Amino acid sequence: MCLGIPGQIIEITNVNHKLALVNIGGVKREVNIACIVDEQHPPEACIGDWVLVHVGFAMNRINEQEAAETLQLLQELAAAQAGINT
Amino acid sequence: MKYVDEFREPEKAEALCREITKLSHQLEKPIKIMEVCGGHTHSIFKYGIEEILPQTIELIHGPGCPVCVMPKGRLDDAIAISQNHNVIFATFGDAMRVPGSKTSLLQARAQGADIRMVYSPLDSLQIAKDHPDREVVFFALGFETTAPSTAFTIVQAAAEEIHNFSMFSNHVLVIPALKALLDNPDLQLDGFVGPGHVSMVIGSDPYQFISQQYNKPIVVSGFEPLDILQSIWMLLQQIVENRCEVENQYNRIVQKSGNTVALQAINKVFAVRDSFDWRGLGDIPYSGLKIKPEYAQFDAELKFTIPNLKVADHKACKCGEILKGVLKPWECKVFGTACTPETPIGTCMVSSEGACAAYYKYGRLSTIAKRTITQKPKITQEPLPACGFSLD
Repeated sequence: MCLGIPGQIIEITNVNHKLALVNIGGVKREVNIACIVDEQHPPEACIGDWVLVHVGFAMNRINEQEAAETLQLLQELAAAQAGINT
Repeated sequence: MKYVDEFREPEKAEALCREITKLSHQLEKPIKIMEVCGGHTHSIFKYGIEEILPQTIELIHGPGCPVCVMPKGRLDDAIAISQNHNVIFATFGDAMRVPGSKTSLLQARAQGADIRMVYSPLDSLQIAKDHPDREVVFFALGFETTAPSTAFTIVQAAAEEIHNFSMFSNHVLVIPALKALLDNPDLQLDGFVGPGHVSMVIGSDPYQFISQQYNKPIVVSGFEPLDILQSIWMLLQQIVENRCEVENQYNRIVQKSGNTVALQAINKVFAVRDSFDWRGLGDIPYSGLKIKPEYAQFDAELKFTIPNLKVADHKACKCGEILKGVLKPWECKVFGTACTPETPIGTCMVSSEGACAAYYKYGRLSTIAKRTITQKPKITQEPLPACGFSLD
């Protein structure tokens, strides 16, 4: 029910209704971006952003730096264990 | 797929499993961890996470599946609305097979009701625009994750003055449900895997009461296998170090204060109900959302006559105990026999996020049940039902 799928905003289709075209794993769908726009992030500035899509709405931006840090931590964990096992 | 594939890499999963196993040796006793969210339950079964955990760690599958906690009475109300002449009833596919007291939405559609599946509440608004001569009702259900989309849709309907559109609100709130679980003496938990997408909206701060008042650790988690394994590892670290904190594994999505815009939308359109009935948990105070008087014209509960009756669950169905983690699905007499995903008696067998459906779909029952037998010499007072699974 609370399924969310990562996608990338590729085009703003309707500024007034806050609609954008999002590429979700190759599938393009129009989604509402009202949850991720404010004065600092007007619709025009959202192109290229990675977002989490849920029931036709972009619910949040994906923080690329945090994602990279999580993966880096796990990579270091795996590397350390590989070192122990060799 | 970016942000998906990287979180499914086997080498990293193996490393996490080793760390979890290492930490589990430091546990003073076997522990029980509840994953609150049905999305986590589904991922846990899909990727076989439960099987690769040490035997001292038991996962309890919580009530965070809106379809699973939908009481029969509310389903009957939804079906009653759908059977109104001139109504187009729009719903997420999840709710189609949920059994009411006599029938489901799927059966009601077969009997002539105009019931349509949609992917987004905005799709139901479009149906209303396309059919100005019909009343369109959207079956709004879900936790705080889904509530903002419903709220934005109502705001848009008001702005565009679409009068043939309304919603039947069954939105529920996760924090009161967690409080009800924590207050239940039947349930002894050592920690929580917190819901990721609910927290995307409400943030991780609202869980502070779990650590401060109930002395339980909680880690908000993503949904990929590495996310869940890392969250279990973080929980174990807390338990071993005797800490009780709110931690956030899913920080690529979840912020401490959540999504302000989404929360504002919820508060603009919805008010908290005094009480709401949850299947298996009963009435929980301040746990549901109703549409505010300002948007009363979009409230299907006011627009249509509904039975509004409480209906008891099927006597043989143990969904209530399963939702609370008190019983395992295979300890229910009808699991896999009279109750299957094709003919569900209880809601936990309807949604792919329900514990019963997950056990049924992904099997592995023999492995999990064997582990339980190892830990508990006797599962129940009665023999296991002939559910088609071997315990050998």
